[in-house]
Amino acid sequence: MPSVCLYFQVHQPLRHRRFSVFDIGRGLSYEDEQMNRQILNKVAEKCYLPANSLMLELIEKHRGKFRLSFSMSGIVLEQLLRWRPDVLESFVKLAKTGAVEFLGETYYHSLASLYSLAEFRKQVMLHQAAMERHFAFVPRVFRNTELIYCNSLAAEVEKMGFVAMLAEGADRILGWRSPNYVYRATAADKLRVLLRNYRLSDDVAFRFSESSWPEYPLLADKYANWINQAAQNSQTVNLFMDYETFGEHQWAETGIFEFLRALPEEVLKLPEMEFLTPSEVVEKYEPVGELDVPDPMSWADMERDLSAWIGNHMQNDAIRTVYGLESEVLGRGDGELLETWRRLQTSDYFYYMCTKWFADGDVHKYFNPYPSPYEAYINYMNILDDFTQRVKGGEGR
Amino acid sequence: MRVLMFGWEFPPYISGGLGTACFGLTQALSRLGVEIIFVLPHIRGRVEATHVEIRSAAEVIREAKDGITEFSPYLVASSFQNGRSFSGEYTARILEEVQAYGYAGEKIARREQFDLIHAHDWMTVFAGFYARRASGKPYIYHVHSLELDRSGEHVNKDIFEIESFGLKEADHIISVSYYTRSIIINRYGISPEKITVVHNAVSRREGREKFKVKKKSKEKIVLFLGRITFQKGPDYFVEAAARVIKVFPEVRFVMAGTGDMMPAIVERVASLGLGQYFHFTGFLQGEEVDRMYAMSDLYVMPSVSEPFGITPLEAMLYDVPVIISRQSGISEVVRHALKVDFWDVEGLANLMISALRYPALTEELTEQSRQELKNIHWDRSAEKVVNLYNRLCS
Repeated sequence: MPSVCLYFQVHQPLRHRRFSVFDIGRGLSYEDEQMNRQILNKVAEKCYLPANSLMLELIEKHRGKFRLSFSMSGIVLEQLLRWRPDVLESFVKLAKTGAVEFLGETYYHSLASLYSLAEFRKQVMLHQAAMERHFAFVPRVFRNTELIYCNSLAAEVEKMGFVAMLAEGADRILGWRSPNYVYRATAADKLRVLLRNYRLSDDVAFRFSESSWPEYPLLADKYANWINQAAQNSQTVNLFMDYETFGEHQWAETGIFEFLRALPEEVLKLPEMEFLTPSEVVEKYEPVGELDVPDPMSWADMERDLSAWIGNHMQNDAIRTVYGLESEVLGRGDGELLETWRRLQTSDYFYYMCTKWFADGDVHKYFNPYPSPYEAYINYMNILDDFTQRVKGGEGR
Repeated sequence: MRVLMFGWEFPPYISGGLGTACFGLTQALSRLGVEIIFVLPHIRGRVEATHVEIRSAAEVIREAKDGITEFSPYLVASSFQNGRSFSGEYTARILEEVQAYGYAGEKIARREQFDLIHAHDWMTVFAGFYARRASGKPYIYHVHSLELDRSGEHVNKDIFEIESFGLKEADHIISVSYYTRSIIINRYGISPEKITVVHNAVSRREGREKFKVKKKSKEKIVLFLGRITFQKGPDYFVEAAARVIKVFPEVRFVMAGTGDMMPAIVERVASLGLGQYFHFTGFLQGEEVDRMYAMSDLYVMPSVSEPFGITPLEAMLYDVPVIISRQSGISEVVRHALKVDFWDVEGLANLMISALRYPALTEELTEQSRQELKNIHWDRSAEKVVNLYNRLCS
């Protein structure tokens, strides 16, 4: 009996205020609180609240046969706690159904796994503690920021006690093999790897409302059929996407909620098909093969590599500078400085600096609060300069 | 396709962007098989270009023995056009010249065989109009700049009126940017369907490698190159520079060009006590321009209103990162540049300091703009023009 495995990413970065060189040393805060609150409210109304209530309805209607998983960054969790406790409450309700799994990630939605394993471990632990505190759930499956994955990281994640890790079902890694099976990680015998079926995932996340797409409009019965085809002689069809797909990236007017409402029934109608959460999938199935990923891969853009975050001079400079501060920040023993430094690691800041406009430009532009990657870099570096002065100068802001 | 083209500048008779643009465009048009008769006010010596047939308006007038035969260069014309240095006598003179050029245009039109008239900027409006009357062929008014750009709200009413007349009379209008197109629609009341946007481009020059000098001084050079007039925003450059120096004193500001605001600018620099940070080179020509670009670490074009603005593209050819005002046509074409509103002096200073302080920023900008320049060439613009020719002649 093959399964459908759903995972939705919940994350909203803390956007920075405009920080000019003349603001350095003036003791200003870095975040644009008003903008962040506005965006959070918008996403809450358009996506989180209606989607959560629909998920709850579907779980109840199908008596737990509809199952799903979330990964929620600490950064968005804190914002919900502060500004939209009602939304957080609706996630807690979902957690209590027993049909929802919460995955582990870095608290700050960072790229620490690539720059400092010590920092990476701390952020993962901070996140685990937060999941336990708010959802009474200890994550057993790990998803790294932007689904970044490689052999050495898998080994690290196994050491930290996770049973499985999510990754992109990239063609260049799989070759002739299918993403619809459980795999074993090279150099981490016990760790299982679940791979995103990017075609089926992106049919919903990216193509759903594209009227020039030959399959438009996508209805639940047709989509369930595709899932069924993919699942033939397979173990699991993994549909991984941003939670904001529902109502925010694909607006309610596109019919995305009607699609979501109808989907579980269409899937459960199919013979031998069930919904499972990631940890249930790896419990049920034995791995069919080994996955060897020497160089990091991600779920982003056509390249499925790291070039959306560390592909150009500015990104490399910015990220090296922020991680270069690690020992000095730790040396100061100042909790507020440490917290600020960790927040500055959020991967979105580097994504805004991406200059790959031409191929994947559209999606980058959509998520970018800056008019250009150059301004994103300038703003970030000015903030980092201010922060560095605080670290070295010893004065609090 | 044979085109009768009216212009005011053509290399080597050149003082601003108009001549360079006409040269690049005609070269690309001739590659597409368009024959061009290019009319200039007058010719001294030889024009080297072989891709166009040159005609001199002055010569035509001399033969007919009526009217003036001396024409002012564009540079002088545009520097007096600024309302604030208005000189009644000189204005009367340029208007006379424009009239005379118009009559010559009519005479040339009677002699030549052609399919279409293509005339550049306001000085050629009468020529285009009379040539159409004489031949019945369609007349395109190609707008490279407008009186409103050059002079802000202190417009020369005569020139504004000539422009309005030309824009209304022309069978079609080409504007060098969407920015200019919207001014033509909103301020001159022209209907949008009549205007086609054709962006300018830049020609690659041979041998620019030889100018790539290794600098001895560790001081960074920030360049302003253009007429020192209201339109080009030199005052914003100076005010931003004053803020830069406070944070980043290892810097020199070079202002290359002349114009009616020069005395005021020099005075402002002196009153800020920043003379040691500034160099005024005067008007640069030929290789001096190339060398100046090559020496610079940053190019700034803070124009108040710039229909296109070719100099940032030239700077990019020398791997110099550029900051441009959003009030320019070039900002529609170039992505890999830093952009700012001309009035935002603090924002401009922030960008200038960033470009001077963060090597990763300038490295990225120059690498990306090298790629970008490959897509900005005259052939693409010429194709749009030929499509328009065909539409108007069918």
